[in-house]
Parts: sequence; structure tokens; C-alpha cells
Amino acid sequence: MSEKQTTTSAAFLATLKRDLLIAFKKKNDVVNPFMFFIIVVSLFPIGISPESDRLTEIAAGVIWISVLLASMLSMDNLYRADFEDGSLEQLLLSPHPLFFLVLAKNISHWLVSGLPVVLVSPLLAYMLALPEEAYLTLVLSLLLGTPIMSLVGSIAVALTVGLGSRGLILAVITLPMSVPVLIFGTLAVQSTLNSQSPLGYLSLMLVMLSVSVSLAPLASAAALKISVN
Amino acid sequence: MSSVASNNSLDANSEGIMLSARQLFCERDDRVLFQNLDFDLAEGQVLQVQGSNGSGKTTLLRILCGLNDSYAGSIRWYGQEIEEQAAAFFASLLYIGHRVGVSKVLSPIENLRWSCSLKQAVNEDQIMSALKEVGLRGFEESPCYTLSAGQQQRVSLARLLISPAKLWVLDEPFTTLDTKGVAQLESILQDQAKAGGSVMVTTHHQLTIPQLSLLSLG
Repeated sequence: MSEKQTTTSAAFLATLKRDLLIAFKKKNDVVNPFMFFIIVVSLFPIGISPESDRLTEIAAGVIWISVLLASMLSMDNLYRADFEDGSLEQLLLSPHPLFFLVLAKNISHWLVSGLPVVLVSPLLAYMLALPEEAYLTLVLSLLLGTPIMSLVGSIAVALTVGLGSRGLILAVITLPMSVPVLIFGTLAVQSTLNSQSPLGYLSLMLVMLSVSVSLAPLASAAALKISVN
Repeated sequence: MSSVASNNSLDANSEGIMLSARQLFCERDDRVLFQNLDFDLAEGQVLQVQGSNGSGKTTLLRILCGLNDSYAGSIRWYGQEIEEQAAAFFASLLYIGHRVGVSKVLSPIENLRWSCSLKQAVNEDQIMSALKEVGLRGFEESPCYTLSAGQQQRVSLARLLISPAKLWVLDEPFTTLDTKGVAQLESILQDQAKAGGSVMVTTHHQLTIPQLSLLSLG
């Protein structure tokens, strides 16, 4: 009976490791949204026009919208299984601040759903004839934008996890909150294409990311408590 | 509406009283589950909550753990309201609900590694010996979806053996266990009481534990 209580960072790491392990064991949940993203993007050259001038114009928007839709698809995995098997209750009853445990889950979610999308985006940008000088901006904007989507989406998932049939409600809550990310992300790429500096937009996204990191887990934690109640 | 019948008579003084509830009231869907519910849980006591289906046993346990806040009344942990010292309370609490908190894709050992490290530092040896003790030897690395309901329940019960928590709140822990498992769990509960810990448990099973008190709902 003399074991010491874990430090918050140990509990944070344990949660992060557990979620990554679950993602590794349930590959479908990770691979499906990623494949969806690639398929949606690849449909545009077929459906609209294979001409590179046209594609260049829409490339950034297409990639960003597809990222948004794919993230909707992957969000649901975040708390659902934990809610159903009771792990969520264990998480809520931890003596550690829920903020960090929720943050750990969000980070793990981003690592398996957001990061692969960022990494593959230059390839898709090439397919959509995006000029090379815009690759870096695209990757940077996605690198800043996808974690925001994970964090913000987490609030909506936490709110709806207790509902039996959610249908579109997740999209209705999440998409409006993600629109600013979409706007700044595409504007950053567009401004690079117009030979302007994208730094203004990127720094705005950085601000949005900092705000989401510091506030969204609090909201998610509160929402989880309500859902479990 | 509800009554406390205690085998061990408890003194009115608060010495050794771990958890005390006063004037608890809970209503769900315009139906009063319980009202004016008073009880004390002392160190070394096992309190069995009894009542028919739907009488609010699970709700009561969830309220005590802080998972449900739709109640009125006061719940004190060593004389202080639990909301005021949530972290200290959670550190000494172990709750196993209907949904036992065992992830189906993970193996028993991976499950325990996480659920225990939310509270206290554990090493592999402790986990292995706890799993062996609950009869899951040879299943340590199998994904939990390959285990039976009773075996999954045993994974969650292994946490009892590792946990130093002073208060255990167990919701129907006996349901899926076989006769041997039931006897083992009873002796685990008894050991906890002997060591000065307390248990609050709902079950329709007849417990044979000397430290047992009963709380009837509805």
C-alpha cells in the first residue's frame, strides 16, 4: 500500500502511449480517413479538368477541404470506444488534471490522423499542379491547421459521445468552427502563388493554434463530464 | 424511504469515518430515486447497497464518485466536501462500473499498465502477479476481445490487487464471475477491509464478510 502516485507527466505519457497503441492495433480507423482524403483529392483532376492551369487555381482549396472532410471522418474514434468500454470513466476519475489527459488524447489523434495528411500533401499538391514554391506554405499551413481541427473537433465529439445516433450533428458543430482555419490556410497558399508573403496568415494560424491548445482541452474535458453524467 | 441497517454499530463520532453522505436526494425523469439518504462509511467497513432493479444503486455509486452531479445534499470525504478536494479524493478512490474500463483491442497487461498509471506508479511485476492471481495466466498478451466477459471482469479486478486506494466503489462486480471467482473476490474485499480500506459494493449476491453492513434503497 505504499506505491507512489504518478506524476501528471507520467499519466500524460501513459495516455498518449495507450492511444497510439490502440491506433496501431485498429489500423482501419487510421487508414480509412487517410484513404478517403487521397481518393477525394484524386477525383478532382478527373471530375473538373486535367489542365494544370485550372488545377493550380483550385489546388489549395481542394486539399484543404478534403483535409477537413477526412478529419470529420476520423474524429469519431476519439472518445467513442473509450465511452463504450468505460475507460472514459477511469480517465475522468484520475487525480490528474483532465486538461493534460485530454490533450494527450488529442495529440495522439493528431499524430495518427493529421500528421500523415501533412506528410502526403506535397505529393497531392504535385498531382494538382500546384507550383513548387507553394509547397512549403501548404505544408506549414497544414501543420498549423490540422492540430486546430483535432482540438476543436474534440470538443464536438466530447459533447456528442453520449448520444445514441449522432448523424450529422458532429459536422454541424465542428464545420463552422473550422471555417476560419480553412480560410486562412487557403489564403496563405494563394498569397504565395501571388508572390506575396504568407507569413501574416501563417502567424494568424499560429495564434489560433496556441489558443486552441490552451483552451480546447478545457472545453473537451467539461464536455466529457457532461456526456458521462 | 431508505434505511441503514448496520451489523457493526458505528459510533456517532467522526473518528475513522471515511465517507459520509447527508440528506442525499436524487431525482431522475420526475421520479425520486432516493431522498433524505444518510450514511457513513468507516475505515475497514464493507457497505453493500441493496435494492430492486432501477432503485438507483448505480446512480448512488456514480454520485459518490463524482461522475454524476444531478443530486442535492452533501458528501464528505474525511469531513470535507469532495468537490473541495477532488484530486485527493480521486487518488484514494477506485471505481469499477458496469462498463469495466477494459479496452477490447488492448491486452490485459496493456490495459492495466494504463489504468493503473492514471493513479499510481506500477511496475511490470505487480501487473503480472496480479493477473496471475486473478487466473489470467497465459492470457496476458491476448487482445481482450478474445476473452470472455468473465475474464474481462477479472482484468478489471486485477486492479483491485494492485491499487492502494482506500475506497473501492464496485458496481455489480460479481455478475460475470464463476463460483471460484466469487469466492476470490470476497476474500479480496475482506483483505481490503482488514487493511483499513473500505468498500462500497452493489450486488444481489449474498456476501459473507464479517465487516459487512447493508444499505437498502427504495
